[in-house]
Formats: sequence, C-alpha cells, structure tokens
Amino acid sequence: MSEQPVLAIAEQLVERAKAAGATQADAVAMRTTNSDATVRLGELEKLIKATSLGAGVRVIVDGRQAVASTSDISDGALDETVATVMELAGLAQPDEFAGLADPADQVRTPDALGLYDENIETLTMQERIDRALACEQAALDADERITNSDGATFGSRISEVALADTNGFGASYVGTSASLSVEIMAAEEDGRLKNDQWYTAERQLHRMEDPAAIGREAAARALRQLGAAKHETTQVPVVWEPRLVAGFAGILARAANGEEYFQRSTFLADLVGEQVASELFTLTDDPTLPSRLGSRPFDGEGIGTRRNTLFEAGTFRGFLFDTYNARRTAERSTGSATRSISSLPAIGTGNLLVEPGSTPPEEIIASVKDGLYMTTAMGFGINLVTGDFSRGAAGIWIRDGQLAEPVTEINVSGSLPDMLRSIDAVGDDLQWFGGTAVPTIRMSQLTISGS
Amino acid sequence: MRARSVDLGAAMPETGADVIRFYNDRFSIDEAVMETLLGRALGRGGDFAELFFEHHRQGAIDFKDQQVKSSRASLTQGVGIRVVRGDAIGYAYTEDLSLEAMRKAAETAAQIATGDGSVVPVDVTATSYDADRYALAMPTTMVPLSDKVDMIRLADVAARAYDPRVGRVDVSFADSEKRVLVATSSGTLVADYQPLMRFNVSVLTDDAGERRVARWGGGGRLGMEYFDSQTPESIAEEAARQSVLQQGAQEAPAGTFPVVLAAGDSGILLHEAVGHGLEADFNRKKTSNYSDRVGQSVASELVTVIDDATILNSRGSINIDDEGNAPRKNVLIENGVLAAYMQDQISSRHFGVEPSGNGRRESFKHYPMPRMTNTYMTAGEDSPEDLLRRVEYGIYCKSFSGGQVNITNGDFVFSVTEGYLIENGQITAPIRDVNLIGNGPDAMSKVTGVANDFELSDGRWTCGKDGQSVPVGVGIPTVLISGMTVGGTQVQG
Repeated sequence: MSEQPVLAIAEQLVERAKAAGATQADAVAMRTTNSDATVRLGELEKLIKATSLGAGVRVIVDGRQAVASTSDISDGALDETVATVMELAGLAQPDEFAGLADPADQVRTPDALGLYDENIETLTMQERIDRALACEQAALDADERITNSDGATFGSRISEVALADTNGFGASYVGTSASLSVEIMAAEEDGRLKNDQWYTAERQLHRMEDPAAIGREAAARALRQLGAAKHETTQVPVVWEPRLVAGFAGILARAANGEEYFQRSTFLADLVGEQVASELFTLTDDPTLPSRLGSRPFDGEGIGTRRNTLFEAGTFRGFLFDTYNARRTAERSTGSATRSISSLPAIGTGNLLVEPGSTPPEEIIASVKDGLYMTTAMGFGINLVTGDFSRGAAGIWIRDGQLAEPVTEINVSGSLPDMLRSIDAVGDDLQWFGGTAVPTIRMSQLTISGS
Repeated sequence: MRARSVDLGAAMPETGADVIRFYNDRFSIDEAVMETLLGRALGRGGDFAELFFEHHRQGAIDFKDQQVKSSRASLTQGVGIRVVRGDAIGYAYTEDLSLEAMRKAAETAAQIATGDGSVVPVDVTATSYDADRYALAMPTTMVPLSDKVDMIRLADVAARAYDPRVGRVDVSFADSEKRVLVATSSGTLVADYQPLMRFNVSVLTDDAGERRVARWGGGGRLGMEYFDSQTPESIAEEAARQSVLQQGAQEAPAGTFPVVLAAGDSGILLHEAVGHGLEADFNRKKTSNYSDRVGQSVASELVTVIDDATILNSRGSINIDDEGNAPRKNVLIENGVLAAYMQDQISSRHFGVEPSGNGRRESFKHYPMPRMTNTYMTAGEDSPEDLLRRVEYGIYCKSFSGGQVNITNGDFVFSVTEGYLIENGQITAPIRDVNLIGNGPDAMSKVTGVANDFELSDGRWTCGKDGQSVPVGVGIPTVLISGMTVGGTQVQG
C-alpha cells in the first residue's frame, strides 16, 4: 500500500470538491494499523494485523450539505466520490447554518498532547502475546474455582487523522493506543459459571496496568459473584462502583448534547444554570489532558479543544456544541465536534471526569445499613427525553455497612433528575477507564426490582 | 408507486456468477489469483484458509426539521484473509486489492502457523447454492433519490397530521448493496449480491412541556416494493401513536409479574434469552449456560425455536454465509429440548457436524463467528385473548428498543418502549419505558402459553457481538411467561 500522508489525501479531496463547484468543503482521512493477539487457556487463539485507510468529504453548495466517503483512494475513486457528494448535495434543502468552522477558532499549530508512544508501535507480536498470556494466567491461578476463560487480548492501534478545508485549514496528528482485557469464569458447586472482565487502556505503554494485576482483578470480580441470587423488590441506597459511574457520566454527556438541546430532546433542555444535581457532583469534559485516550488537539472541524464544565457543584453549566448547532442556537462551538470519514460533524466528548470527593469508598459502604453495591449494569433502558432510567444490574448487598451476599438478575430504576439530586457521597478513589475518570458515588434511594 | 428507470450507475441485482464476474472485470481477481493467495495463506501450514472479498455501497438520506438535512454515500471495499490452525486463526485485511497488497495480507494471516515457506496447491471452482432469497421488484439503488425523498415527505406529513402535539419528526432512508465473494482452500468459490434497505421515523410529542419520543421503522432485503405493504404514512403514524401513548403512560410497577409478549417484535427476547447462548463458539468453549445440554430440556414443552436464513426478503436472510457455506433452516429447540447449536466452520469441525450456515461477519475487516439469521418461536394453539385472560395482574409488552444478555450466566434484559398493565385479563393503562430482566433457561421454562398468531418482526433489528454488527430478523407469536422481573419504579403495597 502506498504510504501517502493522510493530510495529502484530505487536501486532494478538498481541491477536487472546490473544482467541482463546492462553495465550501472539508475532508477527513484516516489510516489505522491494528495489531491484536488473543490467547485462551494458555494457547494462542487469534492474531489480527492490518492497516486500513479511508477518506471522506463534506461539501456545502449554497447551504446544501452532503457527505461521501471511500476506502478506495485511487484517482478515479476520489473523482467518483466528489461527483457523488455533489449530486447528493443537490438533494438537500439550503440551510443557512450549514458551514465550516470560523477560521479564527481553528488551531494552526496543533499540540502533540503526548498522544503517540513509539513503544507501542515497536512492540513485537510475541510481546503482545506474552502480555496476554501473563494476564490470563494470573486470573486462572487466582483460585481453584476459576475454571474457564473467554481469553485475554492485547490490542493496539496507531491512528493517523487528517482534516483539511477550503478555508485553508490543514492538519493531522498521530496517536497510539493499547488495551489489555480478559474475561474469566468462576464455577459454582453445581458447575454453573459466573463471569466478569477487567481491562486497561492507555495511549502510553508505561501507563498500562500490570498484566497480572488485570488478571487477578477479573478473577476476584468473577469469584465474588459466586452464590448470587435475586433480591426482593425494595427501595434502598445504591453505591455505584467506579466502573459503573463511567457509564453514568457518559449518559449525562449525551443528555448535554447541544443538538438534543436544539431539538428539546433532553431532560436538561431548560436547566442551564440550575442546581440540577447534588453539590457533591462536578463533571467536566477535557480533551486537552496530555496522553489520555479521549484527548485530541483539535475537534472534527479544526477547532482547538478545550475543557468544558458540564456540572459544577451540582449546577448544570451548559451544553456541548459543534459549529452547526452553536450557530442555530446562537451559542459558540465548544470544540466538541467529532467526525468519522462517512458522517457530518456530530457532538461528542473527549475525557469525562467526575471530580473525586473526600470520602474513602470503604466509609461510603460502611455508612449504608441496607443497600446495593452495584457492580454490573446491563441493557439500554435510558430515555434521555424523559430522564427515565431502568437498567438490569448485579452486585453485592450491603448489610450493616458490610458487603454481604452477591445479588443478580435485578433491575435498578429511577429518574435521572432525581438520581442526580440524590447523590449523597462521592469517593476519593478516582479511577481511569480509558478516557473516563471516576470515583465511587452513592445515591440515597433507587428502586430495586427483584423477586 | 411510480416506476421510473433512471440509470444511476448502479447495476441490476446480480446472481453469484455476476458477482464473481464483477470482481474479475473490476479488479482482475480471477480463480488463478484466488488460488495464488490461498496457497500463500497456507504457506506456513494451517488447516484451511479463506478469502472474503467485499464491495459495499451504502447510502442514507437524513430528514429533520421538514428538510433533507444531509445525504451520505460510502464505498468500502477490501479483502479479509483468514488462516485457521486448529481452533486458532490468523487474520489480515486490506482495502488495496492489488495483487501485491493482497499477497502481503495472505502472508500476514499465515503467521498463525509456524511451518516453512512452501506454497500449497489450491484449486477453486465456482459453485452456487441456487438460493434466491431477495429477488427485488424495484431496487432502491435504481430509483432516483427524489423518489426516496417523496417517501420521506409522505411520512413527515402523516406524522405531523396525526396529533397537534407532534413536534420533532426525523425520518431516514438507508440502503446498501453488498457484493461478497468467498473462496476457500477446500475449493469453494461462491458469491452473493446482498441488498438491504431500512426506513425509520422518530416522533417527539410535546404536551405542555412533557416530551415523549418514539421510533418505528422497518425494511429488509427488498426494494421500493416494501412501501406497497408498509406505507410511509403507516410507519409514521405508528411512531406518532406510540409517542402520544407515552404522554399518558404511568410509572411501571417493580417486582415479578406474569408477562404477555405480543407477537412479532417480542422475538427480541428469544434472540437474547436463548439465541446467543446457542451460538456454537460459546458452547465449544463451554462458556455458555447451554454448554453440554444438547438433548436436554432447556425450555417449556410449548417452545420450539428455529433459526432460518431462508425467509424471503427478510433482514436476516442470506444466500451464502460469510464463510461460503450454505445457510438453511435450523431447529434449535424442539418442544423444549435443545436440538442443535448454530455452527460456523471452526465449531462445526470441533463438534464433528456440518456447518449450519451461520458463519457471519460485519465486514472484510472482521473474522466470522456463529451468528443468528432470522430467529423465531413457532406458533402454538392458544388464542392471544386466552393468554391475556389468564393474567390477573401483569404486563403486556408490544415494542422494544433493544436487549442484552450475559451468555455465561444467562441473565438478560430488554427494554420495553410500548407496554401496558394487564388487570383482570384486560389490557389497561400504558406504562412508561421499562426493562424486563430474567435468566434464559428460567424464563423459557416459565412459558405457559403460546398463541396461534405467529408474526415476523419488520426488518429493524441489528445484532452486536464481540464488536461486530449484523442485520437479523426476529419473530414470535403471543406468549405468556408466568413470571418475569419488571424493572419499574412503583413498589407495590
């Protein structure tokens, strides 16, 4: 495969779109190299290695917008892509808000942000395999009740991303990432299995957790579910393990999406500046942190990324915007445009951070007389319009401040506004999960459905 | 339906032979090239190798705020090369269909084996399974874009006319045509042209600041003739009806109650509760709660579950699977007894059975796995009204937004978007969005009634597994489950 720089491909698409009559255009090109090794029960199971390339172009012709993409970057295919996108644009209605970002907001010399680590690129396949083996073996050795494994995978990726537009913006960056994950099974006395997984994911190799520690954590999580039973239906305090708070933060970020605000399709629509959550709760989106998975020097429209506060001591500070949704709501872009080669800019987040509190998680649990320590959530029962929240769950019941018996096949429900207000403890145990950093939290009362 | 034939550069639906010719004409990929690549792939040993070529065009029109906001088109093409040694695989792919790039990918995939560099002779011969499961009357790729926009506008107008509280209406029309070709070291060479279309409407109603949103849609492996049976207006009105219904919905109860699942869409429960656990990879690894249970009772005697890739025009149907095997109708559970798993190539060798034609993958960038096609429960003998009459207090579920299962312990959830209370055998008040949660074999053992009104869901479901999405179909008659956990907020007495 020719190693044409991705920026050159993006610039070519922009030039061709301009020549074809586009008023404005921007193009994205991405080259990604994946190398994954999976082992299972001590044997090599999968090796996957490939480099993939694709590019997409957005045109705006008198306010009419369309996108086309191709994984064939030959001259003929690029011409065909531009011809297609021009034809598609003819189909759209003119939209006065459609357009490129304001050049004044775009970044001219992007910061590298420590997104690339050559130690990931130079890892040999055998080193990847060895890490996966060490991880799985530690899980298998943790306890004799660990009887099976779904395998451990060490995966890594090198991504080159370029964006160019007709206003003269043109930049690219390269980033690495690597992850190590394992899923492990513990057996009940009757042979039935309980499973859980654990992982680490980072842009820098040295930041990854030790493979054996990942394995041991997965094993401990599977083991503590042995004997799990349903619990009776009740309403009690719920302590959220950090891993689940990461998912909760993601739900809130989706509710803070500026397009949903424009469409009035989020329960936060009328609540900017209001005390929506407990004072203990602060949530920010920060794509500017060095070396983090969600970091990027500029957004999907070339705008410099910045730290955005979503909730500050419980007050909802505002929505995230791309250029289009900012223009039609008379706001400013928050540098939150995300982009794939085949889509218009959309609103997304970088690194989500829930600010840690001052209470150790053990104390949070110890202060619960009767409640749920939630360790697993399942399903899609979240309605961002109404704020209704209903998810399948499993965890450990808390009795008199102690983690007692495991529970499973239950459901946790509430409404997001009530849940935000009911946060009555935030742990001091900040943990990173990929591009999200979160502590333990407690909500004073949720409905548990069970037997 | 207006019929205008305008050439947009798209070809008529093709046979497998046409697709083989397409790769030859466009990329000079012929039998000799495939044989060379397969020989390279097995150059270091390995039990078998396979090439998966894909040429995939996708289009979508997004309509919001009573306007076409944008349209999208994409082309992805490439080849995935897999080498299998025992249960292990080496996998590589490339978008670059030059001989040099493909040869390099074959050598990369070969690294799963450790032998020397000898080239193995391979002889492939084009074949066909004579299946034609998606004959199109009017391919969506053959009609002018403006015809699709006409359909969208009809839906938008109908949704807005349904109720004065209708605010936001989003409509989308997506279609694709996929040309796949599979060549294997055992000599198989098959190809398929796979069309797929989907039409979606989302409606938000606003009643004095109370906002409710509902979505509806459908499609399948068919053309514009889809709208002869499901008009854009009927889809839009259904989305609007559900949104309006939610305005008056009350909070759902919390606890364990009898549940009646409506015919059609409720098949998603079967997909989650049973289907995934019967995929042979989990059973080969003994990580499914259905492992080692063939021949045993795993459900009520009323339950017969089938996975059937042969249903005409259904979203989950295929003429060839993504490993080049022939898909078919497979009985998974017969009268409550586990009959068979869904097999791919690796697991069928492990179990010493024929591949069941369930080897599927998202794209050439993905390795194949056992996957469902169209999964359904067969009809029983009760009338749906009789099943409702048996329930003193429970939940009636009609529409869903999705579900998830833990294959190892069998716990599953699925999210109800249209549900009602059943009181004294009658459907009464609508309830707000709620989850149902259960455990696969346990829920299936509590099936105490199966009605005679089998229905296949309209084509709207996409199944995710191990990060790979594939289109699937689901179906079910009205079913009574004597007890399931309902994840509402209202705790009784």
